[in-house]
Amino acid sequence: MREITFTTAAREALDEEMERQPNIFVVGEGIGARGGNFNTTLGLYEKYGPMRLRDTPIVERGFVGMCAGAAMTGSRPVVDFMFFDFILDSVGELVNQIAKMQYMSSGRLKMPLVLRGCIGIGGASATHHSGNYYPIFVHLPGIKVVLPSNPYDAKGLFKTALRGDDPVLFLEHKSLLNSKGDVPEEEYCIPFGQAAIVREGRHATVVAIGSMVRKTIEACDALAKENISVEIIDPRTLAPLDISTILQSVHKTGRLLIVDETFAPCGIGAEIAAQVMALGFDDLDAPVQRLNGLHTPTPYSPVLEAAVIPNADQVLQSIRDLLAE
Amino acid sequence: MSQTLNLEKEQYLALYRQMLEIRRTEEQLAKSHQAGLIPGACHTYVGEEAIATGVCAHLTPDDAVFSTHRGHGHALAKGVPPKEVIAELFGRATGVSRGRGGSMHLFSPEVGLMGTSGIVGPCILQATGAGYSSKLLDNGTVGVAFFGDGASNNGAFHEGLNLAAIWDLPVIFVCENNMYATEVAFSYATRNTEVAERAKTYGMNACAVDGNDVLAVYRAAGEAVSRARAGYGPTLIEGKTYRTRAHAEGMRDAGYRTADELDAWKQRDPISNYRSKLLTLGVASDSDFDHIEAEVKSLIDDALEFAKNSPYPDPTTAAEFIFST
Repeated sequence: MREITFTTAAREALDEEMERQPNIFVVGEGIGARGGNFNTTLGLYEKYGPMRLRDTPIVERGFVGMCAGAAMTGSRPVVDFMFFDFILDSVGELVNQIAKMQYMSSGRLKMPLVLRGCIGIGGASATHHSGNYYPIFVHLPGIKVVLPSNPYDAKGLFKTALRGDDPVLFLEHKSLLNSKGDVPEEEYCIPFGQAAIVREGRHATVVAIGSMVRKTIEACDALAKENISVEIIDPRTLAPLDISTILQSVHKTGRLLIVDETFAPCGIGAEIAAQVMALGFDDLDAPVQRLNGLHTPTPYSPVLEAAVIPNADQVLQSIRDLLAE
Repeated sequence: MSQTLNLEKEQYLALYRQMLEIRRTEEQLAKSHQAGLIPGACHTYVGEEAIATGVCAHLTPDDAVFSTHRGHGHALAKGVPPKEVIAELFGRATGVSRGRGGSMHLFSPEVGLMGTSGIVGPCILQATGAGYSSKLLDNGTVGVAFFGDGASNNGAFHEGLNLAAIWDLPVIFVCENNMYATEVAFSYATRNTEVAERAKTYGMNACAVDGNDVLAVYRAAGEAVSRARAGYGPTLIEGKTYRTRAHAEGMRDAGYRTADELDAWKQRDPISNYRSKLLTLGVASDSDFDHIEAEVKSLIDDALEFAKNSPYPDPTTAAEFIFST
């Protein structure tokens, strides 16, 4: 099978769906002829023109609110934030309008709107270009949150987002954008709410979020040499969350660690832990544990930056600690 | 008052009838609020009826209207039956938003009322998005935003107008300048109280009209809608008007405006002055107005009974319609 990058896979999904659905248009800063800061729309302007690849002024609230109105009137907008941090300038439009519109209209309006952007810590991007923020949005009814960890999932999940009628946050971790993986030529979609079992195992379960999947694989490769068998689960979508796959795994292993780059308080790990305790308490042989990045704004200097996110050694040590419980 | 237009008698009377329907609905809602039949807020449109009426007379059900917290008049003028507005404020299942919205969240996409909002400003952006859809889908529709002077100090106003202007979108921005944002005077809140002049700085066609003169509004809106449909881009219409009831029913209405000011504006009532004008011009007779008065009274009486006798929503449906499926 061919190997392509995460960004290429996502761009293929967008291209295929723009070909298929003439009411899709993309807005963002530099996503027209320039092709996007991260090449998210490279070559598409030449193919689809300015009405469907619309460069915008720097007005996140303005174009997010505008896309809400467009989605209510027959279009299928895609907002390309470049850096997802910029969504915070539009959060009122997202939370009070976009997420509530289908409900407020008692299902008579649809909100087919995809908001995409690059998340995560890395590359000395400093604190205004390193945000994750997804737990905030998982908290809210009316928004789907998608966080692929590899090119195959990126393409299949993006296609599902572009075909649905709901608001979707499609979050692309900056450390994954140039990573390569197998992506078939033929068309496919990946449904939301279906976790991937990245690796089967017997002794412990690790739920890894986004960029933490690769670090967890690295840690578990080392543990495998000691005949420690860890099951790795990638939820792929955080809203909806596939809790049943996690519960089935915990039923088998009895131990659970959640590894997430972003903050612990009120985060994804807290939510998964609470659900597992409520629904799978009798399966647990040890307290559910979390490994998160530090609860701090992101620093610039590479040595400081590296200190705020979990690394493979810390994942490995956390698994050892969990097995020692 | 403006010059007459070359309308048929039925058209002149239709404008009168629409204004009266709004007035009588609002009066009934005020009474119902005092009687405890409305569990939440109630913001009436009394005194401003000429604006919604004069604008919506030019719209089809396919044209998309977005409005604000003071939106009953816009809903009615766009074609929502009074019984659905009253039932909504009563919290009934037959309300226009099926009991999910109340005074500030009215939705009837079937007639192109794409929503009223409890947040000031988003309607400006959403109407811009409807204009974008019109252009993308090439369907000849227009987007219309109704909002107050207060919204013109909000970022959404400046972002939305700028986007509509640079892309020549078919959008009509209707600013109902009633001189107060809740109870903060517009003359205090800005150094430039001429909203139409603000719009012109974005390179947009704009005009200010007597918002209590339905024919002046009708003429300005007719030109704006024609321009938009013909591809000449957006227009802002500033209607100078006044709210003669409190910001919301049950609120103390003192300390920010004088009795003299209120009385002076009551003398400029858009409905009774229009009636006098049509009588003076010999366009209609007292019996025409008596007939309309009786017809509207019967409509509102029936609407009240309908609302009172309507069932409450089923509590088990409280979390339905969050997503499209």
